[in-house]
Amino acid sequence: MTGRIHSIETFGTVDGPGIRLTVFFQGCPLRCLYCHNPDTWSLEGGTEMTVAEILEEYEKGEPFYRGGGITATGGEPLMQMEFLTELFTESHRRGIHTCLDTSGITFTREKKNDFDALADVCDLVMLDIKHIDDAEHKKLTSASNRNALEYLAYLAEKDKPVWIRHVTVPGITLDDEYLARLGAYIGKYKNIKALDVLPYHSMAKKKYERMGIPYPLSDTPEATREDAVRAREIIIKNMKLSR
Amino acid sequence: MFDGQREEWKGFAQGKWSKTVDVRDFIQRNYTPYEGDGSFLAGATDATKKLWDMVTELSKKEREAGGVLDMDTKIVSTITSHGAGYLDKALEKIVGFQTDKPFKRSLQPFGGIRMAQNACRENGYEVDPEVVEIFTKYRKTHNQGVFDVYTPEMRLARKSAIITGLPDAYGRGRIIGDYRRVALYGVDYLIEDKKNQLATSLVRMTSENIRLREELAEQLNALNDLKELGNIYGFDISKPARNAKEAVQWLYFGYLAAVKEQNGAAMSLGRTSTFLDIYFERDLKNGVITEEEAQEIIDHFIMKLRLVKFARTPEYNELFSGDPTWVTESIGGIGIDGRPLVTKNSFRYLHTLENLGTAPEPNLTVLWSTRLPRSFKLFCAEMSIKTSSIQYENDDLMRVTHGDDYAIACCVSSMRVGKEMQFFGARANLAKCLLYAINGGVDERLGIQVGPKYRAVEGDYLDYDDVMQKYDDMMEWLAGLYVNTLNVIHYMHDKYCYEKLQMALHDREVKRYFATGIAGLSVVADSLSAIKYAKVKCIRNEEGVVVDYEVEGDFPKYGNNDDRVDSIAASIVESFMDKIRKHHTYRRSVPTMSILTITSNVVYGKKTGNTPDGRKAGVPLAPGANPMHGRDTHGAVASLSSVAKLPFKDAQDGISNTFSIIPGALGKDDRIFAGDLEVELDAGCCEDLKS
Repeated sequence: MTGRIHSIETFGTVDGPGIRLTVFFQGCPLRCLYCHNPDTWSLEGGTEMTVAEILEEYEKGEPFYRGGGITATGGEPLMQMEFLTELFTESHRRGIHTCLDTSGITFTREKKNDFDALADVCDLVMLDIKHIDDAEHKKLTSASNRNALEYLAYLAEKDKPVWIRHVTVPGITLDDEYLARLGAYIGKYKNIKALDVLPYHSMAKKKYERMGIPYPLSDTPEATREDAVRAREIIIKNMKLSR
Repeated sequence: MFDGQREEWKGFAQGKWSKTVDVRDFIQRNYTPYEGDGSFLAGATDATKKLWDMVTELSKKEREAGGVLDMDTKIVSTITSHGAGYLDKALEKIVGFQTDKPFKRSLQPFGGIRMAQNACRENGYEVDPEVVEIFTKYRKTHNQGVFDVYTPEMRLARKSAIITGLPDAYGRGRIIGDYRRVALYGVDYLIEDKKNQLATSLVRMTSENIRLREELAEQLNALNDLKELGNIYGFDISKPARNAKEAVQWLYFGYLAAVKEQNGAAMSLGRTSTFLDIYFERDLKNGVITEEEAQEIIDHFIMKLRLVKFARTPEYNELFSGDPTWVTESIGGIGIDGRPLVTKNSFRYLHTLENLGTAPEPNLTVLWSTRLPRSFKLFCAEMSIKTSSIQYENDDLMRVTHGDDYAIACCVSSMRVGKEMQFFGARANLAKCLLYAINGGVDERLGIQVGPKYRAVEGDYLDYDDVMQKYDDMMEWLAGLYVNTLNVIHYMHDKYCYEKLQMALHDREVKRYFATGIAGLSVVADSLSAIKYAKVKCIRNEEGVVVDYEVEGDFPKYGNNDDRVDSIAASIVESFMDKIRKHHTYRRSVPTMSILTITSNVVYGKKTGNTPDGRKAGVPLAPGANPMHGRDTHGAVASLSSVAKLPFKDAQDGISNTFSIIPGALGKDDRIFAGDLEVELDAGCCEDLKS
């Protein structure tokens, strides 16, 4: 089978440990206001690639990836669940470290079998929790956060290593109360190995212009590095309190 | 000869080195590998800070003065030409400047008097008329010798810049004296050794043997001068150094003598940090110095290396994008017995980038191996991220050819210290050569016949097989002309501008490399790929010369790990090197080739017309073996992999790739890239939650 791949970055350094082959999947059901890859939304675009073709790219740069591995990001890789599982299964067979960067948005307990098969071949999940408050989450992404949080609970049951990602956006998530709630919520999960808090930036503006889409956050200021550091401290403090 | 019992060597393990000149043997028997981290390092002392403030102030004045603060216009620079010069004698742990004061550039006319005059004139100085008269009327220079012999074809190729950057008017450089010998043995022993070499040299007076005897005599003179240079600064360097401070000072005098004698295109230092570490370890063990004092000595030494300056012309500085001296120091690497050659002193050298701030010189070059100690790798990565001032070279590749006591001259040229040297040969512009193939030897910019009048390409579209055949013929011509031009240059350089001090710090039997180089590789690869995989239409001027190209369709571009085009690049390298190998080389030197323009690619691009890859006339060529700017679209790994396919056996003088990246793109908190790319899954949020 083939997957729809938006692009491949051969020198991924921010999406998991080490240097990684980062595979951007095409297609995403969310419409996050701060999305910086609107070109990955559509399920139609991208290039059709086979698992063999993707892993050929990996093998070509294999000496670089020894401390790293392969990361599926997007887009939302879970939209192509079957292909993703096939890619990770074959990666695992070859001894390649696999990492899934996801919003967890498609997760339901009904699809447990599929998710079990994926979890078996996935070494690390980078779970992006966009907003802890469900109503706010809907405003920000157009969907509920229920599935994402349920996915986190599921991964905890499996004791699967998780890195939590969270983007701080002034006026949306950069709020002491929300951050405290987020910390208190995720604090109970012992499988969380790292917390990555990113400051919102508006570098995608140009991309929106080129694509002829109005940029939704044109009035929102960027978050600073210091904002992100402070936000991270609040989250961690509340993680500790919840234990 | 020594009996191996000198008191200066107390505490050192004796061996072959104590009976004959063999620095490597000394290092191997005595050095202490260091596998720890940089936590032992000491900061800058007050004296260091004061001295560096003075340097900063002088640098500012130099900039304000337009780039040169002072020039000597009367005293011709030799090893002993000037009295002692200081920043602040009371504070300097390591002393010595090229002239009688810092920031004063010396007068070095042996390479060419006109170059020396221009360098002065452009900076508002005038060389003393008497000196000019001597070097025009009575003493021939290297430059004069070369131009006496050049053929019209050579002059034309130089003018059109198909061969370019030739060291025919300036010092060729790229020779590394084994300055460590001065510290380990003292000059008197080196003189005895040279005398012995002369006494045992062949006496059948062929021109070759005559030359060798004359050179050895010259080297002896240089060693005597070197001893005198020590005296000028109040040191007796006839004997071996007794401690670390003396070892650094002795070694520096050796290097200082070289830069007083030669204004070479690259005046590299060698591989000194681990050698010197042996002295530091002995002193530390004996309680003679503290870590702070050890670092201070190194800081002051590095400070001196940063202040090496030459009188150069604006064109020279344009070619090299600045005023580089290429004081390259090679650090680390792995010994052939498997022990890393990393010592505490390797850390101290790199630590100067913090104590003195970042600087392009000396060019600190880490000989990288996958087997280097992890803590050293992390330290290097950290310093790279902080300072962007470290160069890396592949020790695993070079150790195979050069063993474990080689060093880098300039930016990539590897040679065994004291045992091998090279004749630096600038480079041939292979992109222009492709245009000559298309136009039957007519230069696309000058509109004149420069290459041989071979049949030009006919028709509107370029045909791959046709162009390749013509290109092959044109490269054949270029290789021959290039090698012969270099033969002239090196003959004359040996004759009129011989590096007697540097060669005195070599063995008698020296392996010589005949270094050639190429520019424009990625333009050639992409052009040929365009011709092969897309359609390239020729646009001719009124004279019928193809001056522009229209590319119809897309084609694979070098830098994307795509074998279709990467194999073209690799085969061009192999093919041109094979053509170089066919020719006689001066002094039976071994031909090598580099792909390494770091900055001069900008000037070469200016002199190269439109190319079939769609590059416009005047646009810079890519530096070294880099893909053309913006054409590598698959990320750094793909780009680096394309470069890594170039055959080292055919580019043994080095392949360079200039790589810039913003620190943020190297991972969170600049940490993921550090070291050998292993990062614990635990990225630091939750360890304190576990209790």
